[in-house]
Formats: sequence, structure tokens, C-alpha cells
Amino acid sequence: MALLFVGMNFGIIPAVALSLLLTGLLGIAIDKTALEPLRKKHSIPIASLITTIGISNIIQNLLTAFMGSEKKPFPGLFDYGTVNLGSVQINSSQIFMFLVSLLLMIVLVIIVNKTKIGLAMRASQQNAKAANLMGINVNFIVSFTFFLGGVSAAIAGVLISGYYQIVYPTMGYMAGLKAFAAAVLGGIGSLPGSLIGGLIVGISESITATVFGSSYRDCTAFIILILVLIIRPNGLFGKKGITKV
Amino acid sequence: MAYLQVNGITKRFGGIVAVDKVSFEVNEGEIVSIIGPNGAGKTTVFNMLTGVYKIDEGEIIFDGKPIHNLKPQQIVKSGISRTFQNIRLFQDLRVVENVLVGTHIRTKYNLLESVIRSPKFRKEEDEKVFRAIEILKSIGLDHYRDDYAENLPYGDQRKLEIARAIATGAKLILLDEPAAGMNPQESEELLQFIRSLKQKGYTIIMIEHDMSVVMNISDRIYVIDHGKPIASGLPAEIANNERVIEAYLGRGRKNAEDK
Amino acid sequence: MVKKMVSEKSGKGFIYNLETFISKYKLPIGIISIVILLVVPHLGFSQYIMNILIKIGIYIMLGLGLNILTGYTGLVSLGHAGFVAIGAYTASIIAIKSGMNFIPSAILGGLLAAVFGILLGLPTLRLTGTYLSIVTLGFGEIVRTVLMNWDSVTNGTLGVKGIPKPEIFGIKLTLANNGLYYMMLALVALITIFCIVLINSKTGRAFLAIKTDEMAGVMMGINVTYYKVLAFVLSAFISAVAGAFYATLIGYVDPNSFTFDISTLILSIVILGGMGTVRGMFVGAAVLISFPEVSRKLMDYRFVVYGLILVFMMRFRPQGLLGWKSQMPYKLSKNVKKRLQDLENSPS
Repeated sequence: MALLFVGMNFGIIPAVALSLLLTGLLGIAIDKTALEPLRKKHSIPIASLITTIGISNIIQNLLTAFMGSEKKPFPGLFDYGTVNLGSVQINSSQIFMFLVSLLLMIVLVIIVNKTKIGLAMRASQQNAKAANLMGINVNFIVSFTFFLGGVSAAIAGVLISGYYQIVYPTMGYMAGLKAFAAAVLGGIGSLPGSLIGGLIVGISESITATVFGSSYRDCTAFIILILVLIIRPNGLFGKKGITKV
Repeated sequence: MAYLQVNGITKRFGGIVAVDKVSFEVNEGEIVSIIGPNGAGKTTVFNMLTGVYKIDEGEIIFDGKPIHNLKPQQIVKSGISRTFQNIRLFQDLRVVENVLVGTHIRTKYNLLESVIRSPKFRKEEDEKVFRAIEILKSIGLDHYRDDYAENLPYGDQRKLEIARAIATGAKLILLDEPAAGMNPQESEELLQFIRSLKQKGYTIIMIEHDMSVVMNISDRIYVIDHGKPIASGLPAEIANNERVIEAYLGRGRKNAEDK
Repeated sequence: MVKKMVSEKSGKGFIYNLETFISKYKLPIGIISIVILLVVPHLGFSQYIMNILIKIGIYIMLGLGLNILTGYTGLVSLGHAGFVAIGAYTASIIAIKSGMNFIPSAILGGLLAAVFGILLGLPTLRLTGTYLSIVTLGFGEIVRTVLMNWDSVTNGTLGVKGIPKPEIFGIKLTLANNGLYYMMLALVALITIFCIVLINSKTGRAFLAIKTDEMAGVMMGINVTYYKVLAFVLSAFISAVAGAFYATLIGYVDPNSFTFDISTLILSIVILGGMGTVRGMFVGAAVLISFPEVSRKLMDYRFVVYGLILVFMMRFRPQGLLGWKSQMPYKLSKNVKKRLQDLENSPS
């Protein structure tokens, strides 16, 4: 979550590529230095959770300390005027954001479902020990997943900053929370589900903003999250797990 | 009607039928073993008996009352408790505290009474601590009373699980591979202990792979394979049952051709 | 790996000696600490120091509150600032609008937070680990959003000003007459006793059982839903009371007093001191609240340091600074001891 605002102060488009790479590498670095030792030690489950909280805290506050907490301008990306579809007006950067997220989803689906490394990822998620016995380097797989996660988060970060044309250290919190709500709504583990969940969260936010005023916009995702957890905890496309004893 | 009456219980996971119309009965004071090859569905049966899984078909009647699809807590309250195949003690708690957690549902005081340390709280608490120590003494673990559960040898951890199950006040105890990982001497001791439980009036259902334990101690044996019941009877009958031998050692040529 | 056992009495390490010493001189140690705590205000410390001491006390309460949830029950909350805020705002607004005294208004604040504890606790029961923490994080942010925007009640970003000081028998408790210090002592003492009593009851054992192995707990007949929600409720109540006290100490609250950083700070206290211990909260709060005061530089980087503490503690000492397991025998009451004696003497 905190990864997404790391690479953002470079400026122009070539720098975006560099920031994606750096964020991905940072993901690996965090996994190798802080989380892998915990897996090796078989620490209590909440240990890695607390470690990630700590790291997100460090990154965000270092950014605040060095860059200041105020909002900084960010160049607008792909702003080529607006397109009119009947009475609906669509900004070109909105279209671009949509295309990029669609592309990102397709790439992720292919990686997870069609490649060898994707198979290894799914195997490690099911049963890390068995995957290890089958010759899968689980630690490498986890690091790779962190890289992917970091890069996707950075892409999202660039898109958001390009759209709103500002960056600030705490911009990741609400974005991360909404992303989580979208993932739970779609069903954890289902990539198309996340996309649809994201759409629903986004549309509901706009409705809330129109009905109750824009200041309560940020509450929407959270309320959806709570409702989903009560009514359909596995999400729209999630599978039900089996309790093992 | 028997003390525990299980009628045609079935459990499906997606398309797989893990337990298929299994029926059995257990009379009060009996030791009944459920055996079968790995993956036969024995632990699934235990999970259905204790409410971890909902059953898809059939009924479970304990002490005259249907208990299937009740919540696990209600089933414990009605008098059934269990141990686990892979030990699930509260590792960070002391031995005596593990047993005290077992007494939880029989400990009668509310939050307010415990906060003001009312006489009722102190009486109940003393009662349960004493009871826990009594159980530990009877199972031969009292010398470990102050130790943390994780520091106990493997065999004693299994015993502690039994002690914890007894502490719930259950009359029917389900033991999931109690002798696993024990050396012959330890399993002999365990055998003695399970017999003494029977003498005290407990009813026991046991899943076990160690045939020397099973044949020595069981009043009756049920065999399941691939989720289906294939045989039942006295230990001597089971030992000579052809289908059981088949299930364990593989089928003959005729069956192989059928496939 | 051979681990030391209590019953072998071989564990005569530092911890064993320390514990033996403490239990041997329990009475004098207790009396001396109480006397020191009582006379501290009369030793001529500046108001600045007294203010920090009271702040440490507030964070001890917050640590104890979160400890019930995280240390005992194993649920990591990242939204405790939300409960603190609810307590602080409710108590302050009630006190200002109706002139109610601190204690009843703080209790009302605590009760409202407890209701939110139920509301947050129930849906999150289906969640484990990370997911639960993210929802609590969301809760904290939502509380802040509402406080910022519900202008008619909370006065928005400007915050609530002029919060009255507590009064007891008509005497106003302030920093200057050390009333607030003694009130802090009383609150910390009450909450500490509550936590100790709680953990040594069936409720406490149920919490610990859920933390170690939830499924095994269920199989022992523990109503996991009830106890998880109870942990949320107790934790929320204590945090809210601490929040109400904070509000009356500072005399002013605004939404930015209760950011996510406060939630991490409370979590850091629990982790540094030792999850599941009471003693750890005192040390954790004392260290983390006093160290930024040492220099301006540390003050700027304090939240980075809190993050580093979380990472390093998990890596090298996940049980916390004072998170040792007691090596003293399990404490039996006189009654139980006597009955065991009788049991041994009776021929069987």
C-alpha cells in the first residue's frame, strides 16, 4: 500500500518507468530484509502483519520528513481533451486510465493462470510446504509477488496522481482501503472480481458524493466493505474455503 | 436406542463425497474404534460429530437428542469432547491452564462477578482448579502442572489433550489417533489409561492406526474406506474380514479388471 | 532443542531470580512504589515534566486497552485512535453542553465507544489477520472523516474548545494543583487491576485460548463470537475513557489529534512492552512517550522510529522487552492448597 507513493517525485514520463521498477524492487527488498526472516523463523502469523504496518509507517513518515506533508503538483498525463458520447462527456485521461487498468488486469490474469511462475504462485498459496517439496522456491515466488504487487500499486499511483495532478505522502491510505474493499467485494483471489468490485465501489462513491455531499465520499468503500462481510463474506466471485482440523 | 446413534450421515465437498451414508452406534461405557486406510474419512466423521462440519444427510442422536448441525459449543455442552490428530494444545499456556480452559463451559460465574472477585467467583475458581489438578493426577501429568504445554514430551502432550477433553465434563470422548508417535511403552500406558476411563464410566470412540492398541482395547470396531462403511464387528471378526484386508492391502485381480 | 522446565527447578536464570525476588519482597516493593508515585508531584518537577508523566499514564491506559484485543485475544487493531476519538469527543461535548462532570461523561463516552466496538467487532469476526486489521484501519479513518464533516456537533476541523476540567467534591482538578496527576494514577490503577483480574478468570483464559488456537477453543465449548466481541467492547471502553481524560487534560480536541499515527503508536507500545503482559504497557508507554521529548530531532522522526520498533521487535524479540513467561509456579489459592494437602494425607 505504502509502496505506491514512493517513486512519484521524478516528474516526466520516462521517470514513471523508473519509478515503477524502483517500487517493484523496493517490494523485493522489503520482503528479503524484513519478511523472509520471519517465514524462516516460523514466527506467529501476526508478526508479518505488524512488520508490514511498521514498514508502511517508516516509508510514509520518511517521505513526510524529506518531502514535507503538503500536496505537490504532478504533471497531468495523457490529457488530450474530451470525447463526447452523446450527452456524456468523457475525459481522455479517464479513457486512458480505464485502458491501462484493463491491460494490467489481462497481464495479471495471464501471469497467474497461464505461466509457470503463476502456477507456482497458486501452488504456494494453497500449501507452501508441499510447493517447497515439489521444488518450488517459495521464497523467490513470494518476492516475485511482492515485485508484481509493488509495480501494480505504482501504476495505480501514477494514474491517480496523473488524474488529480497532485501527490502527497498519505495518498495511499484511502486508495489502499478502497482497493481492499473492491477486492473483498469481488472475492479475494479473483482478478476479474477485483475489477468489477472496483467499478462498483467507484460508482457507489460517485452516488454518495451526489446524494450526501463529497465529504462523505470516502466512507462509501468502508460501508460497502462491512455490508459485504455481513451478507456475502466470500465476495461476489469468491470460493468457499473448507475448514481443516 | 443406543447412547450415540449415527444414521447414514453424508458429507460432500463439492463433487467429492467424503463420507457416504455412514451409520454406527455406540452404547454407554463402550470403547468403539473406527479404522480405515488414510483418507478414508475417519476424521471427517469426527468433524461431523463435533459440529465442525454440517452434515448433508442423515442424523446423529446423542443421549436421545438430535445433535447434528448444532454449533460446536452446544455439542460440547451436551457432553461430547475430542482430541486432535495433530496436537492442538494451547502451547503458550501452562498445563493446568490448558485443563482449566477445558472446564470453561462448566465454570459458572459472569464477567462482573470475576471483576469484583465475588465469593461465588472464588468458590467456582477454586473448585475448577482443584478439579483440574485431580484430572492431571489421574492421568499422571500432575508433576508437569506448572510447565508450559509446548515443553512437554510428545506423548504427554497427547495425554494432556485427553485431560483437557475430560475437563469439559464430557461423557463421550472422541480420540483422534491417541497413540500416534508413541513408543510401545507409552502406548501401553495409554491403553491402561483408556481402560481406566472406561471403568469410570466414560464412553470412548477412537480413530487409531496402531492395530495392537485397537485390537486390545476395542469392544467393537467399524471400518470405513473411501467414505463408505465396509465392515463392523468384534475385534476378532474384523481381523479376519476379507473386505477389510482388501481395503488395507489392495484389491485382488478380479476387482482390478472391473475398473 | 531442550527447553527449561519449571518443574525441574533448573530454570534459575535471571528471570527466575528476578521473579523470586519480587514475590519475596512483594509488600515492601509495592509500598515503596506507591509512596514514590504519590509524592512525585511534591518533588518540584516543572509542569512540563508533570505533563509528560500524565501523558505516559494516558498511553499506559491505551496500551492496556489495546492489549486486551491484541495481546490477549490476538486481534490486531489499527483503528484504536477511532475509539479514543469517540471517547474524547463524546465526553467533551456532553461536558460542555450539559455541564456534566468528568466521570459520568467519560463513562458515557466509553459506552458509546463500546457500542461501536460491537458494530465493528461483529462483521470482522469472519476476518482473520490482515483483513481484520485493514477494516479496523478503515474504521479509524471513517471516524475521523465524520468528526471533520459533522460540523453541527463536532465543529469540524476547528475542533472542540474549552473542555472543562474534572471536579471532585467541588474542587477543580488541574495540572497546577496536581489533581489531574492523581486522577491519572487512580485511572491507571483501576484499569491495571481490571486487566489483572480479567486475565486470571475464565474470560481471560478464553481470550488466550482464542489467540493460541481458535479451533481448539471452539472444541472446548468457548463461544468465540461472544469473546471476540467482548474483547472489542472492553478494549474500546478503556481506550475511550483514556481519550476522555486526554481531552480534559489538553482542554481541546480536533480530528487531527486522532490520526492513524496514534493507532500505530499505541500498537508500538504494546509490541515493545510485550503483548499480553500488563507490566510491558508501563515500560512501553514510558519509553515511547518520553524519548521524543529528549530532542527536537527525535520528535520529527518519532513515527519513523515507531515503525522501526515494530519491524525490529518482530524480527528479534516478538514477545516484547518484558514478554517473558513466568517461571514461578501457578498460583493456587489457600483453599485449593488445603484441599490438596488433605488429599495427600488421606490414605487412598
